[in-house]
Amino acid sequence: MCLAIPGKVEQITNDGDARMGRVNFGGVVKNVCLDYVPDVVVGDYTIVHVGFALSKIDEQSALETLELFRTMGALDEELATEEEAFARAANAPQSPCPDGSCELTGRNLRTDPAKTESNQ
Amino acid sequence: MKYLTEFRNGEIAQRMAREIRQVVTRPWRIMEICGGQTHSIIRNGIDQMLPPGIEMIHGPGCPVCVTPLALIDKALAIAAQPGVIFCSFGDMLRVPGTDADLFQIKGLGGDVRVVYSPLDAVELAAKNPGKQVVFFGVGFETTAPANAMSVHLAKRRGLKNFSLLVSHVLVPPAIEAIMSSPENRVQAFLAAGHVCSVMGYWEYPPLADKFEIPIVVTGFEPLDLLDGIRRAIIQLEKGEHHVENAYERIVTYAGNLEAQKLLAEVFEPTDRTWRGIGVIPRSGWRLNDNYREFDAEERFQISGIHTEESPLCKAGDVLRGAIKPAECPAFGKECTPRHPLGATMVSSEGACAAYFNYGRFLSAEELAGGGVAYAQ
Repeated sequence: MCLAIPGKVEQITNDGDARMGRVNFGGVVKNVCLDYVPDVVVGDYTIVHVGFALSKIDEQSALETLELFRTMGALDEELATEEEAFARAANAPQSPCPDGSCELTGRNLRTDPAKTESNQ
Repeated sequence: MKYLTEFRNGEIAQRMAREIRQVVTRPWRIMEICGGQTHSIIRNGIDQMLPPGIEMIHGPGCPVCVTPLALIDKALAIAAQPGVIFCSFGDMLRVPGTDADLFQIKGLGGDVRVVYSPLDAVELAAKNPGKQVVFFGVGFETTAPANAMSVHLAKRRGLKNFSLLVSHVLVPPAIEAIMSSPENRVQAFLAAGHVCSVMGYWEYPPLADKFEIPIVVTGFEPLDLLDGIRRAIIQLEKGEHHVENAYERIVTYAGNLEAQKLLAEVFEPTDRTWRGIGVIPRSGWRLNDNYREFDAEERFQISGIHTEESPLCKAGDVLRGAIKPAECPAFGKECTPRHPLGATMVSSEGACAAYFNYGRFLSAEELAGGGVAYAQ
């Protein structure tokens, strides 16, 4: 939820309301608001959260982080299209913790109470 | 996973792990605030690389988990109204309210949309003047600049049909609340890197001083986390307590001033209820008077919502300390972290989830004696 993904600014436009850029995240291109990073120019790398660039980042760090997030599956989730998001939701169980951190921390989960009691 | 092996065998990771082992002389408990960091720690097995006695406590930094059920019910009620386009990020779709979730509301005919950015919702408002477009803005400081810009632009463009259902929560008041709790076990914090990319870390030195705790601004990647943990432990072993920045490639002391300027223009501090924790004073932001007209809670006077945590759930008793989690009849049976009935099982830091995750089921002797220590 709070992950910011690095991407390369490929084009900058000003639509009158906001300074917008086309930002490439390892192949997926999104429209991103650049108002919070006024010093960013075309060719720079920036970290982006929910369509907003928050901070500049050097190229090497950006590429390493991008590769890592890709391996972790974070890119698919953060950059999903609306269709992909609904398709994922259709197959997902209800969960009050969509990022899965609660479930992940339950690595010692004993989902079968009967089994647990017999183990004690 | 190839990456994981490479990371664990990697020279830098091994060197950091070795250095941690060399400096540790006693047990320490460190809390990572952010759910994203929790994710990375568990997924990459970072906790397993640490010497015995170094415990990572997982913080309340999953914004969805701490969103009160009543607000989720309000979102569902608004989304179900005719004439409303209800926009959200994809990860909210399957978050259950009392009776349904957003995905089900869409199935029942509600116009629910997933957007990449809150600005997409503003665009929808411009293109659909006959509809009310609502964006569900949940999140920590990282997400707030995006939501602030959406209402700022909506106001500038004179869009009367855009509003924000907003529930922002803030990290520093959560640290204050955790440290002030009589049950506190945390001895150092890893501050959330991307939150600090917006806010900087100028808010943290007073907390480090007041509670005499090390606070290390830390990133999300495995090496970042190891480095943050290493720095926190070095401070703990030396008896020092100050704020360190282990995420310099992203975070500056001052943070993003442009973003902070707009946040100050749009939001004001407010008390917030954190699901499973309770009310924390001044722990959130709401739209201020200049932007109140864009507050979906003002625009949609939703009343008569029936919000109900499960009748089987004894979370209230647990929170008051009247019962231990395992004394609840539903604990570990109807109620597990994967199928939580109540707030205290929702957050991994909730008492019930902690008991469950650490396998703390009451034995007959413990029930008779009433003595169960907090999970170790």
